Amino acid sequence: MNIIATSSARPVARALTVEEKHEIDHEMTLYPDKKAVGLEALKIVQKHQGWVSDESLMAVAEYLGMSAHELDGVATFFNLIFRRPVGRNVILFCDSVSCWIMGCDGIKDHISKRLGIDYGQTTADGEYTLLPVPCLGDCDRAPVMLMDGEQHRNLTPEKIDQIFSQRAKNK
Amino acid sequence: MTDRPLTKNIDMTRAPFDIGQYRAAGGYASVEKMLKTMAPGDVLDLVKISGLKGRGGAGFPTGLKWSFVPMGESAPKTKYLVVNADEMEPGTFKDRLLMEGDPHLLLEGMMIAAYTIQASTAYIFLRGEYLQAEKLLKNAIAEAHGKGLLGKNIQGSGFDLEIILHTSAGRYICGEETALLNALEGKRANPRAKPPFPQVSGLWGKPTIVNNVETLCNLPGIVNYGIEWYKGLGLGADAGTKLCGVSGRVKNPGCWELPLGTPIRELLEDKAGGMCDGYQLRAFLPGGGSTDFLLPEHLDLTLDYDVIGKAGSRLATGTMIVLDDQTCPVGMVGNLMKFFSHESCGWCTPCRDGLPWIDEIFQRFEKGGGLESDMQVLTDHLEYLGPGRTFCALAPGAMAPLGSALRHFRDDFHDHIHGGGCPWQR
Repeated sequence: MNIIATSSARPVARALTVEEKHEIDHEMTLYPDKKAVGLEALKIVQKHQGWVSDESLMAVAEYLGMSAHELDGVATFFNLIFRRPVGRNVILFCDSVSCWIMGCDGIKDHISKRLGIDYGQTTADGEYTLLPVPCLGDCDRAPVMLMDGEQHRNLTPEKIDQIFSQRAKNK
Repeated sequence: MTDRPLTKNIDMTRAPFDIGQYRAAGGYASVEKMLKTMAPGDVLDLVKISGLKGRGGAGFPTGLKWSFVPMGESAPKTKYLVVNADEMEPGTFKDRLLMEGDPHLLLEGMMIAAYTIQASTAYIFLRGEYLQAEKLLKNAIAEAHGKGLLGKNIQGSGFDLEIILHTSAGRYICGEETALLNALEGKRANPRAKPPFPQVSGLWGKPTIVNNVETLCNLPGIVNYGIEWYKGLGLGADAGTKLCGVSGRVKNPGCWELPLGTPIRELLEDKAGGMCDGYQLRAFLPGGGSTDFLLPEHLDLTLDYDVIGKAGSRLATGTMIVLDDQTCPVGMVGNLMKFFSHESCGWCTPCRDGLPWIDEIFQRFEKGGGLESDMQVLTDHLEYLGPGRTFCALAPGAMAPLGSALRHFRDDFHDHIHGGGCPWQR
């Protein structure tokens, strides 16, 4: 049994871009310990690359002088660090208690039907990924979702149709 | 003077005050007064006597918390103030209002707290999804720097302070103060063993105070107008005002600043406009997802820490979640159990294994397949996951709505178990 993976199959650290390094360096000035910027660095990489690949993770770990496993422990802990590719727009759909009382399940079904994706899936054109998110703290305007940096509130099926039709038109 | 010290500048129909408008409205006067006329010990005494209790959920006296920080010549030179702005308690949306509505008020409060414990670095631990608050706080910090209210030797006082904004990436457990400190250090956000308490050994082993956003926003008023004024704001035993919210099927959901001691009925009926037409009040969680259900008979209780405590629940975050008569109580608790199960950090066994077990039972209740014996399993978990059995307060918090639901909604559970699933048409 060959338990040693061939070197070609093993991911290797990619080179961080100048921009990524520049932004990570800035974060380092704010904390007394390099390791402390792990999460910030992952967010920076994700902002530029869309998600955190093994190659990106290893590059960041190397840059911060920590093991890739230690950094992956942080990466996988947080809901908003994506270790798998996601669509160009991530729909963070609140499914917590106030949104649930106000009928978010029906809204979620409407989105799923319209886009053809369930939680954790990405549309075939790579445009949208749908994810549940714990309470978005906007409970007086439930149901809510966060997409592309914009919070959409008091959601109804009609509003969902409007949002996605408008986006399709603007593309 | 004002009777709404937290929200007097907030008008969500316009942008929040910039530093010029904020100062014109009396902003940062407390910092000037403090730096000119008060020693750190004076501020500590003031806050202690004011009766201010932490507004993040636990309600611990703020001055007492601060008093454990080592002071004087022999104390460590490096200390930290950390703001817990990781608002993620289900049904809670009050710190968002403060940060989006008046970001300078938080900075002013932070300056008072940092000066009191003599910390020269302060971190704001903001939840990553609060993008608008991030933008506004960043801008406010830059403005305060520009006016010499942050940085070295502030207003010639010899006091230095830098405020750094850290944005997280979504985990409820980061609201637990020691888990928050681990996250800020770049580690997995598991809670730490206590003692040592953060006041003695916190961020990077240095004395650290972690305070909630709303708690800090109370400080400028206390320094400006004093203890008598602050105590006079409350109608009952507790001092000051509190942000109180209502969500669920009410006519006018929202968040308001009310005197502590206001009757719950006033919040629900006058502010939130009462139940939506065609809906009746069945029960409510008074302070977010990890509080015990209260019933319509409790509406005349007042919003006081002890009053709500004696009724068997907690005021906690002060944001009420309303259960109406056409929403399934078992489904509502099941939703909360899914949340807590998902957000368990996995560090200690009762929480890591117990919450998913409970979640699985609720899923069966929903679909059909619930067993009478499940009721005993749930009841047992109230003890296994109760206070003292787990590493932090997450699981005991989850047991609050569960335990009270088992008491109040027994018939609904029975219907799910014997009726082959959820009887409610949703």
